[in-house]
Amino acid sequence: MTSSLLEVDRLDIGFGPLAAVRGASLQVRRGETHCLVGESGCGKSVTALAVMGLLPRNATRKAVSMRFDGQELMGLDEKAMSRLRGDRMAMIFQEPMTSLNPAYTVGSQMAEVMLRHRGGTRRAAMDRAAELLAKVRITSPGMRLGQYPHQLSGGLRQRVMIAMALMCSPELLIADEPTTALDVTVQAQILRLLADLQTDLGLAILLITHDLGVVARTAHHVSVMYAGQVVETAPVADLFANPMHPYTRGLLSCVPVPGKVRPGDPLGSIPGMVPRVEPAFAGCAFRQRCDLARPDCAGTIPRRDAAPGHDYLCQIEPASLVAA
Amino acid sequence: MTAPLIEVRDVGQRFRVSSGLLEKKRQVVAVDGVSLKLMQGDVLGIVGESGCGKSTLARIILGLLPPTTGDVLIDGQDLSKLDRRERARLIQPVFQDPFSSLNPRRLVRDIVALPLHAQGNVTATDMRQRVDTMLERVGLDPAMGDRFPAQLSGGQRQRVAIARALVLRPRIVVCDEPTSALDVSVQAQILNLLAELRREFGLSYLFISHNLAVIEHVATEVAVMYLGRIVERNDTASLFHNPRHPYTKALLASVLTPEPGLGIPETGLGDAMPDPANIPPGCRFHPRCPVAIERCGRDAPTITRDGDGITECHLIATA
Repeated sequence: MTSSLLEVDRLDIGFGPLAAVRGASLQVRRGETHCLVGESGCGKSVTALAVMGLLPRNATRKAVSMRFDGQELMGLDEKAMSRLRGDRMAMIFQEPMTSLNPAYTVGSQMAEVMLRHRGGTRRAAMDRAAELLAKVRITSPGMRLGQYPHQLSGGLRQRVMIAMALMCSPELLIADEPTTALDVTVQAQILRLLADLQTDLGLAILLITHDLGVVARTAHHVSVMYAGQVVETAPVADLFANPMHPYTRGLLSCVPVPGKVRPGDPLGSIPGMVPRVEPAFAGCAFRQRCDLARPDCAGTIPRRDAAPGHDYLCQIEPASLVAA
Repeated sequence: MTAPLIEVRDVGQRFRVSSGLLEKKRQVVAVDGVSLKLMQGDVLGIVGESGCGKSTLARIILGLLPPTTGDVLIDGQDLSKLDRRERARLIQPVFQDPFSSLNPRRLVRDIVALPLHAQGNVTATDMRQRVDTMLERVGLDPAMGDRFPAQLSGGQRQRVAIARALVLRPRIVVCDEPTSALDVSVQAQILNLLAELRREFGLSYLFISHNLAVIEHVATEVAVMYLGRIVERNDTASLFHNPRHPYTKALLASVLTPEPGLGIPETGLGDAMPDPANIPPGCRFHPRCPVAIERCGRDAPTITRDGDGITECHLIATA
């Protein structure tokens, strides 16, 4: 049985006069990968930071609720939040070099996570670190523990980040573009590793990416974000087979797929740009770029059901979209 | 028989780098014995992982970096003998990062006009008109000419970089990861624009990318680089449908096409990362090669020709 480990209900994030996230809801189930996909500035990374309680000070956060394993995170104080963070929920970032401390060895950074949350001896923490480095398939883990981040390749650093995130056996792993800075061959290795760890440890993963290839190959469920809103949520196969929201459709048409788009033929593209969104913004944020826009797109937009577990935010009914 | 527009002959590039204050300088072999040709109207795609030497090769072909060995002919003329103005009329670059490749203190109009300025003897009215025409042609309102790069989006900046590259009507454009810093929807717009401009101006492209789906879409011919050498080269359809070198096969297998249900591929490449400061003996790919035989660690493979394609692998040579 799969139940939701993380449930975010109508999250709003603002930066001064700008609305970065508007009413975003999402659920990550135990043992599953949920992909949050969208282009730069759509609000996917700040959504993840909000869950971790890591938003910058100038940001405001509001939500109807945000529950982790049934526990309400909204209103939790920093002390309680920092107990969860790194322990039951952990996060990895795009550029491991900026999130690892260059002045400490791999071993001491990894051990610190364990000592801080679980206590015990430094020796036991180092043993656990070595065990996890082996688990993320790093050869000669004993030697790596004594090395500094700059002595490792990009792929190895990302493995170290993953191992460090797993020190306290978290239930939820949030991965923000974990393979974007890596070569394709290394990307495939890291994503495989994450999938294997998920099977072994029953990890729930919230994976943030702009890469539809990564989404297709790793996700169980997907949420597509545009201008701060979740515009479509669906099981992965359904999203790629029957995309509903015009933005999702546009995005899928932009990617060259061997066998579907003939080399040299023009790719699909989305005209125009993302509008500047302020809290009072009304209507569909995609309407200026949408072929199917009509006058009522400036009004309140309903969330519609396309299929079980598949909903989208659009004025246009499923039947008319399928025909379009 | 037409002469190639670019001919690179046995080009090599070595750098001496210091890895620390007290450490000895090490030699990095970025490009090693590379030969290739770009024919009029073609798009030669160059793929490979970071550190394989593809950007160094681009800089050599642009004349920005004199190669340690070998030579480059552009339209039959020795690149090292051309002066900057002649070179600029033949070949122009578009780089990856439109945030750092445009001077932030200059107006868009002046950025696009700079190559015309450098050529001299262009009147102010003529220059203004040519800049406006080019801005319009790359899909920018000429009024954008009076803005600064910081006021433009990433896609618009890349259009400015393309306008600057084309304002002298060169014959070749070297595109080094031109869409890697852009969002997918913007990437598609820029790729479509580059394809239109190629048809309209009869351009030839050297197109460097780590994104194989993009390369398959735009290139007519593809060269795969590994640690400074071209290990396989062929026309695009043959290379993608019938890859021969084990590295090409692994690269293609690693591509995550947006098709759900296929899972994550097993590359079989292992953990050994290529290091251009420490090139393995024999075949430089052998420490990662899933099908290496004993000989691969000892002898460097030679080129095997097959139709128009070439492969550098012992297993292909003996097959």
